Amino acid sequence: MAKPTRLTVNGKKVSVDVALDTPLLYVLRNDLDQHGPRFGCGLAQCGACTVQVNGEAIRSCVTPLSAVAGKHVTTLDGLADSYVERRKKVAGSLHPVQSAFIEHQAAQCGYCINGWVMTAAAYLDKKPGATEAEIRGALSGLKCRCGTQMSILRAVKLASANMAKDTA
Amino acid sequence: MSAHIGGVSNGLNGLDGLNGLSRREFLTAMGGMVVSFAVPTAGASVGALVSAGAGPWPEKIAADALDSWLMVGADGRVTAAVGKIDAGMGIGTSFAQIIAEELDVPMESVTIHMGDTATTPDQRGTGSSNGIIDGGSALRSAGAEARAALMAMAAERLKVPQDQLMTTNGVVSVIVAPERRVTYAELVGGKRFDIKMSGKAKPKDASLYQLVGKSLPREDVAQKVTAKYPYMVDFKLPGMLHARVIRPPQANAKYLGYDAKQKLPGLLNVVTRGDFVAVVCQREEQAIKVARELNVKWSTPAPVFSKSYDALYQRLRETRPDASEENQKNGDVVAALAVAATKLDVFYEYPFQSHACMGPACAVADMSGDHAQVWMGGQKPYPLRKAVAELAGLRVERVRVTWLPGPGSYGMNDADDAAIDAAFISKEIGKPVRVQYSRADGTAWDPKGPPSAIHLRGGIDEKGEAILYHFESHGYSGRVRPSGTDRFGDSLAAQLIGGYKANSSNLFQLPSESYKFANKRRAANLLDWTPSLNTGLRTAHLRDPDGMATCFASECFIDELAHAAKMDAVEFRLKHLSDARHKAVVKAAADKAGWQTRTSPKSPEHGPVVTGRGIAYAPRSGTVVAIVAEVEINMDTGKLRVTRFVAAHDCGFVVNPLSLVGTIEANLMQAMSRAMFEAVQFDEYKVTSSDWLSYPVADIADTPDQIDVVIINNTPDMKSTGAGEPATRPVAAAIGNAIFDATGVRIRRVPFSPEALRAAFNKEIKI
Ligand code: FES
Ligand code: FES
Repeated sequence: MAKPTRLTVNGKKVSVDVALDTPLLYVLRNDLDQHGPRFGCGLAQCGACTVQVNGEAIRSCVTPLSAVAGKHVTTLDGLADSYVERRKKVAGSLHPVQSAFIEHQAAQCGYCINGWVMTAAAYLDKKPGATEAEIRGALSGLKCRCGTQMSILRAVKLASANMAKDTA
Repeated sequence: MSAHIGGVSNGLNGLDGLNGLSRREFLTAMGGMVVSFAVPTAGASVGALVSAGAGPWPEKIAADALDSWLMVGADGRVTAAVGKIDAGMGIGTSFAQIIAEELDVPMESVTIHMGDTATTPDQRGTGSSNGIIDGGSALRSAGAEARAALMAMAAERLKVPQDQLMTTNGVVSVIVAPERRVTYAELVGGKRFDIKMSGKAKPKDASLYQLVGKSLPREDVAQKVTAKYPYMVDFKLPGMLHARVIRPPQANAKYLGYDAKQKLPGLLNVVTRGDFVAVVCQREEQAIKVARELNVKWSTPAPVFSKSYDALYQRLRETRPDASEENQKNGDVVAALAVAATKLDVFYEYPFQSHACMGPACAVADMSGDHAQVWMGGQKPYPLRKAVAELAGLRVERVRVTWLPGPGSYGMNDADDAAIDAAFISKEIGKPVRVQYSRADGTAWDPKGPPSAIHLRGGIDEKGEAILYHFESHGYSGRVRPSGTDRFGDSLAAQLIGGYKANSSNLFQLPSESYKFANKRRAANLLDWTPSLNTGLRTAHLRDPDGMATCFASECFIDELAHAAKMDAVEFRLKHLSDARHKAVVKAAADKAGWQTRTSPKSPEHGPVVTGRGIAYAPRSGTVVAIVAEVEINMDTGKLRVTRFVAAHDCGFVVNPLSLVGTIEANLMQAMSRAMFEAVQFDEYKVTSSDWLSYPVADIADTPDQIDVVIINNTPDMKSTGAGEPATRPVAAAIGNAIFDATGVRIRRVPFSPEALRAAFNKEIKI
């Protein structure tokens, strides 16, 4: 086996000793005990496995470990803490997207919710105040089999508005 | 508010706080079980109710013992057990509301424990939207019994007659001297009640409810958005190996062997029996790769499926049925058709649909010792226990099946099959195994909702009166694959192995409605579909079994009758419906939608984009729903969008209106997806829908601009009748009727894909 791969996960430096072509999803779930990203298709078609790499939402089921060597990976498990640190918020605060999902009760089974929250958070971090049409565009392609889209959309719209206020 | 809800309330995050127990002792104490995620555990692992320990486990959790349902911990926390599961709708919060209400304890001190055969009474799990009906009423009785018992104990302790006592916040006190008090914990904390459920304790009068009926936020949502909610997929056992199944490439293909010389990293075992094949590896990603790369030889079978949907529907229409049922008949439908001035004679068609759950099924099994333990994400862990016992050759006392939250499930999805696969593989190799299905296993191989070709005939007499409604369906039973896995033969593994019988039964495809016509008949015909049991087209319960198909046909046809009678669709329904509650729901939906009385179709609009509205209604086991859909259609591209839904929903008294509205909206969205996009594709040899590209579902871009939900008859005196499925039922019909209103073209086949609509518009509209 080659040298262990070093990366940062939710602010912590880690090193993992598995094959470089291992999809990041399995490293995160099985070696690093992350529960946010989940297996939904393994084909980049659903978003259940979404994590952020250096702030960009990516699908970890098709991202080899080698592609994130030396990079910063944020999972849903660490999203709130990373937001607190970046934006100097009170410890324990949630990312505004998470708060809005709770406010609008935007989950049925919640299996897909990781994908929506991580994608919306990455998008709104760069584009707070995005309009509904922009949000529909940015989230298109993510799947939710339970049909929670109405409340997801309400939640992301609320988060967008709140984040615009926060940056203003 | 934070009640605690978990299938595994004795799970611990790590091994802290075990008071000197070594890891080994701990494992023994907990029957070898470690839950590697954070489960809301506070106070839950105390007492007899939830600490199942190592097996053997009770053959039956006595349903007549109060201790089976409810316990008060030494800290005063209340744990209630129920033989149901949460299929993703947050029912645990509603259960906690019921217990907190009956017992007069705060929500945050209630833990709901579900779906574990060793520690919760067998209510067969969840199905037919019965969570609140059966689970809720059992908990209500248990709460009432417990409160009565606590009152009696307090009366003795405080030496005050019961009628001078009151209960609040987990305390019994003297009404006129509240400082004279005793807590539930002091009375019975950490101890058993040791009383039988008398059936005599009177539940709280509904007019006094403080919690039941309130829109409390669901306790699971915050956990779900912070990655703290425990899912089946998060469960790990020490020493657990990773397995993947390899299904035959064509239906009925026989397994002929595999290439044992192939060098595949991580491969530990290839398990084969009959046509069942699985690979076991050290790591998950290795199992995925090996399952893809292992060279397995299969025979080339004769074709078993129809060539296309056209061929399938023709087969359904023309083959002599194996079973038939007539469930309503009045007048003379043959004579009426003969004398009708306007005759209608049409077929409606509904396809195979997949559960296509968000996560393909996952299960863990440990059959390595003389006990069997299975962790699964399906709706019916209790029957599954028997099937595992049969497979393991063990008495049920030596088998424990524990439900953990899966992805949303909508009936008999792939979860039970994965659980049996895991049990079988674990037994074969003698080690704990985790099975994770692939996307194709979840979409191409899950049990399917059955198709139907539905013949409708109707007639209008010369006075313009509708005098005939004749419904006759031709399809496959939705219980070819049974709705619970009571025996090994019910599972896909057994059918691939061969030689086992499934407990298939007939489910006739009939609508529910209360229309009165002078001549009316409803009948259903089923073709034998048991040869599909070892294939990806075996049929089973999918949310509201047959409800969407039969309502689509029946309610669109009612619109056709209204059209022929030159009447408004709502007016026609109100005229012919016989049940007052049904009429009220139809009226409520129309009122909320601002329904304009007129005939359909709407007068033509300019430009390619046209709009329309449609209504449909359906009762379902006591619940009644009516839906108005407003649509926008591009006549050039066939692109359809639902811009608004209005749902009037009568399911009696509502435990938690907020979570009900979420459930209704989700039903509408999922049913919209099924109506607009979903048909499992196949060729003569195999299912060709295997992922989200070949089995498309609705996207967020398809989300309506608005959904309005009107809840009727939500008063404490009305019985709660279930809401997990009813709103699904009328959706395809409402959209189909809206398409006709907008375009004048009647679409009689689901799904309403752009290609199908464009083709229909081109055929019917001469330019
Ligand atoms: S699991 Fe990665 S996109 Fe579906
Ligand atoms: S909430 Fe179940 S898949 Fe989205």
